[in-house]
Amino acid sequence: MRRITTPQELEEVRKEIQNGRDPEKPCIAITSGTSARAYGSEKVVKAFRDELKRRRLGKKIDLRVTGGQGFDEREPLVIIHPKEIMYQRVGPNDVEEIITETLLNDRVVDRLLYVHPQTGEKIARKDEVPFYKGQMPIVFGNNALIDPTDIEDYLAIGGYEAFAKVLVAYSPEGVIDIAKRSGLRGRGGGGFPTGVKWESCRNAQGDKHYVICNADEGDPGAYMDRGLLEGNPHSVLEGMMIGAYAIGSDEGYVYVRYEYPLASENVKTAIEQLRECGLLGKDILGTGFDFDIKISRGGGAFVCGESTALMASIEGEAGEPRAKHIHTVESGLWDKPTNLNNVETWANVSFIINKGADWYTTIGTEGSKGTKIFSLVGKVNNTGLVEVPMGMTIREIVFDIGGGIPGGGKLKAVQTGGPSGGCIPASLIDIPVDFDKLAEVGSIMGSGGMIVMDDTTCMVDIAKYFMNFLKDESCGKCTSCREGTRRMYEILDGITQGKGEESDIELLEELSWVMQEASLCALGQTAPNPALSTLRYFRDEYEAHIKDKRCPAGVCKALITYRINADKCTACGMCKKVCPSDAITGEKKVPHRIDPEKCIRCGACVSECKFDAIEVV
Amino acid sequence: MITFTIDGIEVQGEQGQNVLEVALDNGFTIPHLCYHEAVKPYGACRLCLVEVAKGGRTRLTTSCNYPVMEGVSVQTNTEKIMRARRMIIELLLARCPDAPILKDLAEEYSVGQPRFTLDHDDCILCGLCERVCREVVGVDAITFLGRGSNRKVGPPLEINPKTCIACGACVYVCPTNCIKLKETETERTIVRWGRTLPMKTCKVCGRSFAPWFQLDYFGKITEGLSKDFWDTCPDCRKA
Repeated sequence: MRRITTPQELEEVRKEIQNGRDPEKPCIAITSGTSARAYGSEKVVKAFRDELKRRRLGKKIDLRVTGGQGFDEREPLVIIHPKEIMYQRVGPNDVEEIITETLLNDRVVDRLLYVHPQTGEKIARKDEVPFYKGQMPIVFGNNALIDPTDIEDYLAIGGYEAFAKVLVAYSPEGVIDIAKRSGLRGRGGGGFPTGVKWESCRNAQGDKHYVICNADEGDPGAYMDRGLLEGNPHSVLEGMMIGAYAIGSDEGYVYVRYEYPLASENVKTAIEQLRECGLLGKDILGTGFDFDIKISRGGGAFVCGESTALMASIEGEAGEPRAKHIHTVESGLWDKPTNLNNVETWANVSFIINKGADWYTTIGTEGSKGTKIFSLVGKVNNTGLVEVPMGMTIREIVFDIGGGIPGGGKLKAVQTGGPSGGCIPASLIDIPVDFDKLAEVGSIMGSGGMIVMDDTTCMVDIAKYFMNFLKDESCGKCTSCREGTRRMYEILDGITQGKGEESDIELLEELSWVMQEASLCALGQTAPNPALSTLRYFRDEYEAHIKDKRCPAGVCKALITYRINADKCTACGMCKKVCPSDAITGEKKVPHRIDPEKCIRCGACVSECKFDAIEVV
Repeated sequence: MITFTIDGIEVQGEQGQNVLEVALDNGFTIPHLCYHEAVKPYGACRLCLVEVAKGGRTRLTTSCNYPVMEGVSVQTNTEKIMRARRMIIELLLARCPDAPILKDLAEEYSVGQPRFTLDHDDCILCGLCERVCREVVGVDAITFLGRGSNRKVGPPLEINPKTCIACGACVYVCPTNCIKLKETETERTIVRWGRTLPMKTCKVCGRSFAPWFQLDYFGKITEGLSKDFWDTCPDCRKA
């Protein structure tokens, strides 16, 4: 890439790239983000490369390796442009057929198409797959169009146009005004108005200002930031560059968690490309604006997603939060004014600049503008990353996009907002999802985790799971969080073990209040949420555990017994074979029995029985 | 000077001071275990909670790290504060049921038997030892290890802390007295850190008075003292 020294030159380079490309030329796009790689996408990419080379088709057919395109359940995806035929769960052995049939003979390979779980219909075009149909892919959609390691791809779709525009046409205050008018709120969880934050940081006294991209995504099951950084790192960097100009910063950091090697690598490549062509460095585009970005890799602590802990970590200190009586916009990294935004927040910025604040405010709800990427996981047919306008209902997300609950199960609750979020019961799934509504029902938006639970989920067990996570991930600095999470875990564990006492619920609530009121940072202040929201909506389950020593969902091992239904048992002996504790007895043709004394409730027999003969009582 | 009120009484503090400092100077009683005037406030124990009203909003916050601000109104013993404080004491007491300072606090605040399983730990993780070692002594011999419920204080990697000068500052500041110092004529040990250092004897009176290693460290960080200054004990130096 040559050096670009003026905004005009940037447009010339863009034109050159676009002119060299034919939108009608066939292109094979293969997803190869982390989840696709787990399914072996790298082998698929290699197979396509080899096959195109072998058949000397390299000049006629383009090959593009993209980041994830959201539908992780079906990775690796292969999308054939320009018709956008989508193949799913593609393996190296499918490559030859795809090239022969689809690319050379314009025929669809039926067996690789997505099958609608309810209707059985096979769907060929990507945008007709229900998973994609209901989405509004503004921020995440470009992942499909670019190779994240190639800056030319990003430039071809209008990349850095917004950045050049602000440098030339807007004052920093003008950019802040757009951000404020757009109504953009922080996507990391807090939902603080982005423009207001930028303004406070710009106005803060100091000879140096920093901008930070928080990519320490740590919520279990949430990975939208990874998806963006892997699949479209330039969009995040462009947002940071625009923000830096608005704030008056010349140095930025991307704090990316250590467990995201591909995201780090792609961001690193993107930064190197930007430096090479002069879009990062001194006197960018001849406008006098200086800015550079460094990568800081987190060491693996959940709490480092908290802004003050994150800054301590960049400074080389232990990742512990400090009190924010003086905000980080005034005194943050190395005690300098620092503006920190989440990956997704930064990725929204260039769209707002390009299309305007007014356009942005047409999307979403009164208090929450724009779209939000959710990671839809758990007991749902189509797991993956989904981008929807704020205000879509949970029902639409879970049933229309997510394709409902697998195996005909019944939706019980949706957990949003990560470990500090809450469980929303099925009765409330018609609420529109936005910052304020979720808070109203006792949960939070958080970074956008959405875990679907069906009726085989025990809500006390879920609260215990999250509390276990939090007690380990609390930094341990302040008493209320460290001791509070630990004691809440102990109480919840006791309840699931059948040792719960009637006073436990009251004690949980009392502890929760103190943790919320007295903890130092947001981790401790929101840590009781998993218990509080399940207590709010599923109190009867707690009471069943405590008073009747019964787990209604049949999950808590100490409170259940497995029994063989003699009417259903065919005496096939499979359960007997898999039982690790020799608890099952029975002769041929005689219904088997489980000795509850010997049974360790591992559930192996339940999974093995083909006749649903083993019941939980 | 910054003027604000504590329990309705007007007080003054200087820029850079915190509310706890000013409150204590003015005779208010606020319990605190992780605060010491010699080191930076840390906000770990959460006992020094107060309610601060600022700009129409009242919130519970720790006073040790709350900077003095013009016009704010601070309350030190509302029912809300007491409710939170009692639970904090209960949590700490469940962790260290044998610590006299916690037993006293529990009695003062009418906290009965903790409703949690008793742990019989002896450290409340206030971090005073770690801060005094780093900020005052300057040797940084101990640190926090682990996180969450596995957090503890100890030498890095939990091996003999090579920079510890066995000065005993950590022993002195520890509110639960869980760091012990043992001394004989020939050596001094900081029991908790497993650090034992041989003692130096005074050139004049012949008494052992400080570890060799500590005096070497003092020699390195001080200037303008005679070469044999650290060979005599403080008593003989005065004479």
